[in-house]
Amino acid sequence: MKLTGAQALIKSLEMEGTEVMFGLPGGAILPVYDPLIDSSIRHILVRHEQGAGHMAEGYAHATGRPGVAMVTSGPGATNIVTPMCDAYMDSIPIVVVTGQVPYAAIGTDAFQECDTTGISMPVTKHNWLITDAQEVPRVIREAFHVATTGRPGPVLVDMPKDISNATMDWYWPDGVDLPGYKPSTKGHLKQIKDAARLMGEAKRPVIYAGGGILKARAAEVLRELAELTGIHVVTTLMARGSFPDDHPLCLGMPGMHGNYTAVTSMQRCDLLIALGSRFDDRVTGKVGTFAPDAKVIHVDVDPAELGKVRRPDVPIVGDCRLVIEELVKAVKADRAKREWPSLEEWDRQIDQWRAEFPLKYDQHEDGPLKPQFCIEALRDNTPDDTIVVAGVGQHQMWTSQLWRFNHPYTWVNSGGLGTMGFAVPASIGAKVGKPERMVWAVDGDGCFQMTAQELVTASAERIPVKIAILNNAYLGMVRQWQELFYEERYSEVYLSPDLPDYVKWAEAMGCVGLRAETPEDVVPTIEKANEVDDRPVVIDFRVDYREKVYPMVPAGGSNDDIILGPEFDKEGGR
Amino acid sequence: MSDGQHHILSVLVENKFGVLARVAGLFSRRGYNIYSLAVSPTEDDRFSRMTVVVDAESAPLEQVTKQLNKLIPVIKITELSAGEAVERELMLATVKVGAESRSQVTELASIFEAKILDVGYDAMTLMVAGTPAKLDAISDLLRPYGIAELQRTGRIALPKLAREPMKKLRAVRNKTA
Repeated sequence: MKLTGAQALIKSLEMEGTEVMFGLPGGAILPVYDPLIDSSIRHILVRHEQGAGHMAEGYAHATGRPGVAMVTSGPGATNIVTPMCDAYMDSIPIVVVTGQVPYAAIGTDAFQECDTTGISMPVTKHNWLITDAQEVPRVIREAFHVATTGRPGPVLVDMPKDISNATMDWYWPDGVDLPGYKPSTKGHLKQIKDAARLMGEAKRPVIYAGGGILKARAAEVLRELAELTGIHVVTTLMARGSFPDDHPLCLGMPGMHGNYTAVTSMQRCDLLIALGSRFDDRVTGKVGTFAPDAKVIHVDVDPAELGKVRRPDVPIVGDCRLVIEELVKAVKADRAKREWPSLEEWDRQIDQWRAEFPLKYDQHEDGPLKPQFCIEALRDNTPDDTIVVAGVGQHQMWTSQLWRFNHPYTWVNSGGLGTMGFAVPASIGAKVGKPERMVWAVDGDGCFQMTAQELVTASAERIPVKIAILNNAYLGMVRQWQELFYEERYSEVYLSPDLPDYVKWAEAMGCVGLRAETPEDVVPTIEKANEVDDRPVVIDFRVDYREKVYPMVPAGGSNDDIILGPEFDKEGGR
Repeated sequence: MSDGQHHILSVLVENKFGVLARVAGLFSRRGYNIYSLAVSPTEDDRFSRMTVVVDAESAPLEQVTKQLNKLIPVIKITELSAGEAVERELMLATVKVGAESRSQVTELASIFEAKILDVGYDAMTLMVAGTPAKLDAISDLLRPYGIAELQRTGRIALPKLAREPMKKLRAVRNKTA
């Protein structure tokens, strides 16, 4: 069967099970948009290519399937660099197809030409420039394989226009042949045995669960391991939901804005069981003082993570699910042979921290409205399996702290790269992937203004996402740092609460626009928003700009120097 | 040469366009300094071999190899340490010579088994191959005459061959015996 390169590309995407793609056409990708008309793939036309990339990420976060985005050459390609970098940092599988100028024109500074493979090299797991239409099925097969196996990540396929128009003989490869790519997924059994032995000697163990748990679909087996051993679990920003927050063994989020118990239990533990986590600087604080008494078991599918920041006593390369399954067996075998020490004293210590240092804020009855109050109201007035999406900044930290994530894949956010503007498009992608679920984005006013135009996409495509803007009229996190570390010298952080008018803006984009200004407004407004199911809704919550995120470990500081905040100062505490 | 300052990595890669850029890009992105780099196709033209000498201070060896291994066109990495590798480098040097120094430079060339590739009115170009230390030595000795231009290839290296059967094999044999 003779096909054009463009037809082969679309057919290959179909063969890979692509149901939906996010994109925006342009000159160099025009030939590929033509066969799309006859394809089973749903295409969602975005308003900016960055939106396409973040939607693909949101889709991948929520479904576990790779997100697909397609854009044109030059500015189309450069606009999607941010989402690729975001996906690279957070190990999100996305496949990006870019148009390219005709092969012969590459290198001539042709119209809308850019060195797409060169630009995207450091922000993709791998990329391909197609040089012959005959390569198309093989490359697409390889691209999906690389994106979704081992440590997942973004890949890019650059498709010159003349190759889209050239003909090829259709085939579908049986598999992939990449001699330099053989991720090992099964952990070394001896190492796993050693890990079980260390766990059986620890008196103050903590499980440090990271995003790898979710990537490996290992939430269930993590729970089995925790319950079997009675070891408490911290869930990092990327792992929220991988272990249920309502579980008695769950300690919540560690790190710079983690809760006191999660941070301190890691500091004081004698064994840190790192599962799919990478000792990010936002978790460790000053590395030299991080968990000083702890032996470390580190499980990761990416061998380069083992020993990158902290040298593990037991390194295990492998897929978290497969390794933890074996670890559960090894623990059972070890326990059959000898008695493990009681964790009672450690559990009591943890309970004491939990009771003494909970998350705190103070909502006065007659305002001003606190952002934390809005998040808790949202949490308590939405279904348990609601997918929550956040941008980056204060609102993200509060949401991660205060939401109760009881199911995996209900939390979508930009962790590693910290991409402002992530929430609106990512929530659209998540809703497309999980249309039966309620999807709420909690966003900041600064973030919202970066990508709000994608709500036009959502309205046009009837994707009823819900956006809660915590409008404090500031770039809040930056303001917090200027207040605490720059002597209250506020430099370029004021945004204004009513410029733009978020309600009118939402309405102009085909959404329902609502506003809540007082504590008693909050729940009725949320209820009103929950009733809308035929279009997006935006709520403009006018919140107190003075509120700061606590606890806080100052950047570069030790986790021992955690600051609990004014609610504790009031009581004469720390 | 694993002299504490440098690591030598012999990296087998797919012989495709853009692979050098991937390797070089990884080094710059991760902040590793490349001291020298030599690339050429191997006996099997599907593969190329890169000999990368890395500044040890800028990069823990383990991280360098692990990060390199993540590149999909990288097939195999071998670390070549001092005792376990043969390494050579080639140098071309154009040295200023006058009437009386010409013979002295020629003499140096013969001591170092260098070849005289070109002779001009007031300069001559030498070619010398050898270990990096040998090239360092002759360039030091030539410097007083005035080196107009000098170019080194960067070292290439291969593992030393076994002089006796591998221990592992012996162990297997012992087991069966």
